[in-house]
Amino acid sequence: MTTATIAAPTAPELSHRVSPAEGLRQTMTLAWRTIVQVRHNPWELGDFSFQPILFVLMFNFVFGGAIAGSPDSYLPYLLPGIIVMNMLFVTMYVGTGLNTDVTKGVFDRLRSLPIARWAPLAGRIIADQVKQAWSIFLIVGIGVLLGFRFQTNALSVLAGVALLLLFALAFSWVSVFVGMMARDPEQVQMVGFTALFPITFVSNAFVPASTMPGWLEGFVNVNPVSHLADAARGLMLGGPVAEPVTWSLLWAAAIVLVFAPLSVWAFKRKV
Amino acid sequence: MPGGMLTFEGMHRRENVVTDHAIWAEGLVKRFGATTALDGVDLAVRKGTVLGLLGPNGAGKTTAVRVLSTLIRPDAGRATVGGYDVLTDAHRVRQLIGLTGQYAAVDEMLTGAENLLLIGRLLGIPKADAKQRAAELLTQFDLTDAADRAAKTYSGGMRRRLDLAASLVGRPPLLYLDEPTTGLDPRARIELWNLIRGMVSGGVSVLLTTQYLDEADELADEITVIDHGRVIATGTPDELKAKTGSQSLAVRPEDESHVQLVTAVVGELAKATPDVNGSRITAPVSDPAVVPAVVRRLDEAGVVVTELSLRSATLNEVFLSLTGHPAEDGDDTDIEGTNS
Repeated sequence: MTTATIAAPTAPELSHRVSPAEGLRQTMTLAWRTIVQVRHNPWELGDFSFQPILFVLMFNFVFGGAIAGSPDSYLPYLLPGIIVMNMLFVTMYVGTGLNTDVTKGVFDRLRSLPIARWAPLAGRIIADQVKQAWSIFLIVGIGVLLGFRFQTNALSVLAGVALLLLFALAFSWVSVFVGMMARDPEQVQMVGFTALFPITFVSNAFVPASTMPGWLEGFVNVNPVSHLADAARGLMLGGPVAEPVTWSLLWAAAIVLVFAPLSVWAFKRKV
Repeated sequence: MPGGMLTFEGMHRRENVVTDHAIWAEGLVKRFGATTALDGVDLAVRKGTVLGLLGPNGAGKTTAVRVLSTLIRPDAGRATVGGYDVLTDAHRVRQLIGLTGQYAAVDEMLTGAENLLLIGRLLGIPKADAKQRAAELLTQFDLTDAADRAAKTYSGGMRRRLDLAASLVGRPPLLYLDEPTTGLDPRARIELWNLIRGMVSGGVSVLLTTQYLDEADELADEITVIDHGRVIATGTPDELKAKTGSQSLAVRPEDESHVQLVTAVVGELAKATPDVNGSRITAPVSDPAVVPAVVRRLDEAGVVVTELSLRSATLNEVFLSLTGHPAEDGDDTDIEGTNS
């Protein structure tokens, strides 16, 4: 052990507040941090890389024949559904990450630094968007290898991706709320999975609603996952767009309106 | 400590006091529900010195640190850090402080080097300089070999060192060390003490919280003892020791009939009321010369003893002599957790 010798502190020039440009830079640094973490956490990498690929392959080849007659004719219907499902699951990492920071004391360290108060959360959400874009890219990539083809134009496809990312952004607030309420990161995962499995499966993501019993069909038709999957299908493959996109945007707005204030309340309760 | 009415002159004097101190806090109150964690705490850390904030679990130490590091707002009272108010000038305060918490707050999914780089970048240090600063600190804290390993693989002592290094990235003139050695093995503890001494010799002011009297004694220039959110004693380690006895003398006569005699001798020479537990007599002692004097007197009286020992007083004994009640341990530790 070397004896520490630290230069006498210099008189710093202190600023009264963080400028927006500094805040943005700090946000990008914290987003970098969240991405670099993945290198040391292979499970997380698996969750937003291998798992969606596995889902595409399994659903397509196991259920494709039964649902659509053949895997090839199921794939165009399935792929947008898998993208939506995976998007919701990946969002949960915002909550587990925040909860880990709070329980491990990293959050306190960050809040004791002269950085913008919003930077830690914004950094997480930006990192989440990067992971989401990467997941969509992978799922579409494996889809294309299996024969999936876009039936619309590039602008329409980009609009679809933008809609998915926007919805992920809105849904992050649910994850933030769960992350702030939960006791530990494991609980965030548990609550997330328990809630997300029925929400994603009781939708038209994998099977058309018309094949289900009437009472279930009612729920499936209001489920945001159904609207989002329909919107993605419309924008990538053609078909009705206006209605599912409108419903998706309304749902996104509603989620933010409910969960952003709840998250702020949960955050204040925690600190 | 401050208080009472302030005349114009008094006000002027007070402003000087505020700027002469790294930390100046008066009447801090913080409640969590029905529990009062801080019940009117005054604290002062002179520039370039170490203040030891000593107290048992749940005394309010961590709450005080959290108020002074702008993490929570006090319900009442005023605190300035480097002359800046923690409430109205929090951003300036944050530019002056480094915080090492009770739980080593390192990102386990980053390497040691990445942890330090992260802090440097957040402080606005250019990338190349931040990397160099990280390498410097890793060397200083003997972590170079582990620099590129994820912190989740580190031992407890290594985490604490990394945590301490992280709080030093921006060369803050004021450091908060919240129970920096709790849970460390004796060797890691002494290593950390040496590092802290090194920092203090560089001119840094430190607020150190601890449950260990020997730690406060080793590192602090002044000690403030708190219990149940209230300051119960303040002074230099020597002053406190003079008040409470820095060491504890224990004597056990072979013959139980000698207990009364031994109690009288110890009481007279130690100038304190001894504690009798069976045939074991203990008393706080501040002057080491008491021991040979006791031995001589007992020898003259023909008393044979089976035990005669002198050891450092524990926090419990200090508490007992300051408050008349033993330090209650851990009854409301939850209040101090990072989640509260």
